Amino acid sequence: MSFTARHLLGIEPLRPEAITAILDLAETYVDLNRSDAKHGDALAGLTQINMFFENSTRTQASFELAGKRLGADVMNMAMQTSSVKKGETLIDTALTLNAMHPDLLVVRHPQSGAVDLLAQKVNCAVLNAGDGRHEHPTQALLDALTIRRAKGRLHRLNVAICGDIAHSRVARSNILLLGKMENRVRLIGPPTLMPSGIAEFGVEVYEDMEDGLRDVDVVMMLRLQKERMDGGFIPSEREYYHRYGLDAAKLSLAKDDAIVMHPGPMNRGVEIDGEIADDINRSVIQDQVEMGVAVRMAAMDLLARNLRAEAA
Amino acid sequence: MSATLFTNARLIDPEALTDDTGSLLVENGRITARLGAGENASAERVIDCAGACLAPGIVDLGVKIGEPGERHKESFRTAGRAAAKGGVTTMITRPDTLPAIDNPETLEFVLRRAQADTPVTVLPMGTLTKGREGREMTEIGFLMDAGAVAFSDGDHVVENTKVLSRALTYARSLGALVIAHPQEPILSRGASATSGKFASLRGLSGVTPMAERMGLDRDIALVEMTGARYHADQITTARALPALERAKNNGFDVTAGVSIHHLTLNELDVADYRTFFKLKPPLRSEDDRQAVVEAVGSGLIDIICSMHTPQDAESKRLPFEEAASGAIGLETLLPAAMRLYHAGALGLAQLFRAMSLNPAKRLGLASGRLSAGAPADLVLFDPDKPFVMDRWSLESKSKNTPFDLQRMQGRVMATWVAGQEIYRSA
Repeated sequence: MSFTARHLLGIEPLRPEAITAILDLAETYVDLNRSDAKHGDALAGLTQINMFFENSTRTQASFELAGKRLGADVMNMAMQTSSVKKGETLIDTALTLNAMHPDLLVVRHPQSGAVDLLAQKVNCAVLNAGDGRHEHPTQALLDALTIRRAKGRLHRLNVAICGDIAHSRVARSNILLLGKMENRVRLIGPPTLMPSGIAEFGVEVYEDMEDGLRDVDVVMMLRLQKERMDGGFIPSEREYYHRYGLDAAKLSLAKDDAIVMHPGPMNRGVEIDGEIADDINRSVIQDQVEMGVAVRMAAMDLLARNLRAEAA
Repeated sequence: MSATLFTNARLIDPEALTDDTGSLLVENGRITARLGAGENASAERVIDCAGACLAPGIVDLGVKIGEPGERHKESFRTAGRAAAKGGVTTMITRPDTLPAIDNPETLEFVLRRAQADTPVTVLPMGTLTKGREGREMTEIGFLMDAGAVAFSDGDHVVENTKVLSRALTYARSLGALVIAHPQEPILSRGASATSGKFASLRGLSGVTPMAERMGLDRDIALVEMTGARYHADQITTARALPALERAKNNGFDVTAGVSIHHLTLNELDVADYRTFFKLKPPLRSEDDRQAVVEAVGSGLIDIICSMHTPQDAESKRLPFEEAASGAIGLETLLPAAMRLYHAGALGLAQLFRAMSLNPAKRLGLASGRLSAGAPADLVLFDPDKPFVMDRWSLESKSKNTPFDLQRMQGRVMATWVAGQEIYRSA
């Protein structure tokens, strides 16, 4: 087995073989999820706690479904309304959790690095479901699985990631993963939404979307995270849509069989034209949701195996 | 009082920038003579230094002690012990306490506490503005009468340029030294790392290194306007150095410091969100670190300090962006400085020029040198002695050192203040 880590905190520490191992296992869960009896027992007897310090109905539902399909006892803790508000620190939360003996802990937190900190203090396997602007590894893995199934491979592809790169953990995890698998990554967006030091990331940066989309195999759109902005990154939504929104004219510059992706939830008419999002010939956005459940099943299955191997 | 002769010492002289074997005669708490290798003198007491280095004690500009307000983080007693063990014979203490030291009454409390509890010399700073709020200047005159040696709002930048220009003008009329934290305040707000690849990979909000130069440029323009005596607490970026050099060449009364951490660590040391490496300003790129080391060598940056900032576990065991900034340094300043010596970047005399002589000169103190007449504030150390740093062995109440578990070289063997031995290693 080439994924032997205790936690899944990010794409950064993963080797390409580990990524392939997770994706290969996820393929089997895609089949399982499409069958009549959508049930496995890989996590039977294990307790999975979903701890979301930041709202995300979609990701939380995906993890919950993944755990239940594999037989885990799943508990959701809505941390925005809990003792955190009463001043409990992350460390105290971790100690409380240890007393509940969970096996898998799925964490989303608004602070970069908070999931790493928690992982140091708890006795179970931790999955990062998104920490601040740092990483969102299962999103990158589900994107990779979607691309691999649509394109037949996950190497030597031209992938454009468009939009608010600076505030996006999805972009970071995808840049890392696609780079490790030897693809060419282009970043497209206004310079105010590019992270600093981007020139050293081994990517190509385009400020002009039409230049950037030329001949790409994959167009990955990002949500314009308005709630993250201190203000003043872009002049207006309509100018943003004009210059960086994905519409049919811009998409026509990509390869004829280029696929369109979006991590959701979408702002139709801000970063993506509604018709493109719904175009079943180009958009794989629904596939991404499906792959999300399968990839999370695979990741939790492998982490549970590693836990057992460690205990043995 | 009797005379003491320190023999067989490697004398680190930061004035002459020499490093020779010789002896030092101390009488009545002062250095009275320096003798070459062959010369001899008689004294009641002889201390054989056995070839170890004898240097003027460190004058540490900018030590934070938790009194008043945060004694659980550091008290004068624990800081004094840490200083003695670290070869620091004078602590210039920061006024960014709770409440801030912004009036003579609070300053008198601090001095009283310091005299009761520390074996080293304590010289306090007062704040430049009341409550460090950047709105009204403090009673600079009264504070000086009470013993304030310099005026600083710590890491708070006086954003209102009119307030700062008046405070500098007033300080100039009293000959007071103003110590500022050069930083463009709006660019650096909320930042916990230096912008660049590392900050982006970790998803941390970064501040451009240029914000330091912008802050320095504004301050230097105000110095030119007001004629004030000005010291920049920490210059940590290459981009700020030409501005500093121009100010000095123009004859302005400007000096600059840097913390030992910015000279020996870089942003990559933060690794996986290690909050003991969260500093203000944040750790910089390796290019910046090297440029700043070079600037200390050339004398462009005058002073190396520990920027001793005790933080307890509760303030540090948090997600990186929420965690408090700062690191302790009184005890690790000398061994960390030895890293620069062993790396061949700076000589021992150059290091003690920046750690002892220059801060003493800047504050008008007679210490910081080995010349006759200077107070016998001395540190004896072995620059080569290897050890593994164990933070639990440190005297400070707070244990937030970035050097925990690291291999270091250089240990203090003994420390004297005014000829009195205040520390000797076991």
